[in-house]
Amino acid sequence: MMKIIEGSHAVAHAVMCCRPDVISAYPITPQTHIVEHLSQLVADGKLNTEFLTVDSEFSALSSLVGASVVGARCYSSTTSQGLALMWEVLYNSSGLRLPLVMTVANRALGAPLNIWNDQQDSVGARDSGWIQLYAENVQEAVDMTPQAYKIAEDPDILLPVMVCMDGFILTHVYEPVYLLEQDKVDSYLPPYRPAVVLDTANPKTFGAFVDPSKFTEYRYMQWDAQIRAKQKIVDAALDFQKIFGRYYGGLIDTYHAEDAEIMIVTMGSVIGTIRDCIDSMRAEGIKVGLTKIRSYRPFPAEALQKALKDASVIAVIEKDTTVGNQSALLTDLKAALYNSKLRMPVLGFTAGLGGRDITVTDIRKMVEISSRAKDGVAESDYQFLDLKKELL
Amino acid sequence: MQNLFAPGHRACAGCAMPTTVKLILDAAGPNTVVASPTGCLEVVSTPYPESAWMVPWVHSLFENASAVASGIEVALKRFGKTDINILVIGGDGSTLDIGMGCISGMFDRGHNVKYICYDNEAYMNTGVQRSSSTPYGTSTSTTPSGKASFGNPRPKKDMPAIAVAHKVPYVATASVAYPVDLRNKVKKAIATPGPAYLQVNAPCITGWNFEAGNTVELSRLSVETCLWPLYEYINGELASVKKIRSKKPVEEYLKVQGRYRHLFKSPDGAELIRKIQAIADANVKKFGLVD
Repeated sequence: MMKIIEGSHAVAHAVMCCRPDVISAYPITPQTHIVEHLSQLVADGKLNTEFLTVDSEFSALSSLVGASVVGARCYSSTTSQGLALMWEVLYNSSGLRLPLVMTVANRALGAPLNIWNDQQDSVGARDSGWIQLYAENVQEAVDMTPQAYKIAEDPDILLPVMVCMDGFILTHVYEPVYLLEQDKVDSYLPPYRPAVVLDTANPKTFGAFVDPSKFTEYRYMQWDAQIRAKQKIVDAALDFQKIFGRYYGGLIDTYHAEDAEIMIVTMGSVIGTIRDCIDSMRAEGIKVGLTKIRSYRPFPAEALQKALKDASVIAVIEKDTTVGNQSALLTDLKAALYNSKLRMPVLGFTAGLGGRDITVTDIRKMVEISSRAKDGVAESDYQFLDLKKELL
Repeated sequence: MQNLFAPGHRACAGCAMPTTVKLILDAAGPNTVVASPTGCLEVVSTPYPESAWMVPWVHSLFENASAVASGIEVALKRFGKTDINILVIGGDGSTLDIGMGCISGMFDRGHNVKYICYDNEAYMNTGVQRSSSTPYGTSTSTTPSGKASFGNPRPKKDMPAIAVAHKVPYVATASVAYPVDLRNKVKKAIATPGPAYLQVNAPCITGWNFEAGNTVELSRLSVETCLWPLYEYINGELASVKKIRSKKPVEEYLKVQGRYRHLFKSPDGAELIRKIQAIADANVKKFGLVD
């Protein structure tokens, strides 16, 4: 059923359809509408779940650790400072191999305090062992939610998953969305039945202390599960297509990529603007294309090597920076290309920090800079695209 | 009786904590799950692949055991298992300091979780650093005594009062030296719906620095000197107090511990001992410890 609905409410509906046993929530802008709507669904008797209103984001994720160890399907949602406060539990829950699912309504991290969208928060958590999926629009955020549970709870994977959607841009927008049908979700997503749980009939110890003789092997198995999750993410998208008829690519997706000389690589809601720009630039004869990152962790190195092999120049645009180096997606991508045979220039552009709109003008400027690099004109290989130099 | 805390763990000889845990589990029985924070208990009882826990047990982080237990409680409720005892057993650092926010949240939400703090009055796992449970005048590795220091300058945080302020229906203190009392209080905590808080005096051989065979006697002295009053608060009211028939001077407790040795050497020591005696006397008055 298609409905004009706010992004947060559509995501809350998707969460409900996944039949979570326990939801733990703490308010933070711009995530609040998701958990408010979930609590309303509980109040209206539509969602049967244990709904916890906790004392912090740290407690939100910690309580889900306890619930998940008992065997519950769990959900939370956060952003920005809240995600930062969860930091220790991010690593812990992934190390404990708990298949939690959490929506991150991407927002800038202070200081300076800023409640608007960028992706510094989740990008900064890239090494925590959580799988990270990035949605382009509300529909994809909705559809990623059952996919996230499917990937997380796969007995061969057992890792937590973040579904990242740009704060305000996607959480607060009203868009036409196909809401998930309960019967279809039920046939797509089986109940969670973990093999080992906290059970008085079969007492087990969880979270033991591991010394140097075995620690590396724990970490390796966690690392290996993320690598193996690449295929599971592809499969989850294809299985979803079979039942729901919608598909957004597996680890990545492409747009006008076949003959693209200038290939833009990015993730999140800016892709909508970029698609429009590509349409108009193509009409002008500019051979520009897009490679969209759906899975940032695990990082789709092989898929990117394949998708980018014929491009003359690559332009990476992202809403984060690594203070002291270049931006995160850019450096990950360059690392993935270094030992391949690909040797085109790779330019990096940080833009849209703290909620600044990335405009058509910005995208065109980036394409022009990249086009000059393609023609051998030396440019800085990393820049803040929308910097107001007059304010410095 | 089934031993639910198995031998073979790595605790020091003379440590009160394993005895305390064994007594708690004796009272709680096998239909129990335990969450523990990081600390001595976690480290000595679960060196992978071994475990001393004969009941289901989980450790996540240092400061979140009560949040983890909250999640356990709602998940068990979700699955219709409302008859399982849910305990947190953790030390004073994780309870009175770093875990305070999570504990406050757990109390506030009214989870049916019984939080038991074995209180050895400092961060023992990391080498005897001061916690907010460290008593006044105690020498620790971060409040050492010296020419310009008499040890910890602050009084012990009153965690049971904080629990009472949260309207926790059952709050009590106990001592490893009074095992029947400890077991009864664990049973009462479990029998009372909602959260409970129990703080158990548990001497640490390396941190308190005493003769290894004297653990129980030392904890008994803490009670008999009235520095560690044994009491229960039920629904916010003082419900019971262990009366002290012959109250002992605090020197008897202090002089047998290395952490107070400086009090008997420095010229200012007598004045400090007098101040510590005043703390004990205030307990006598507040709780009516002596008839």
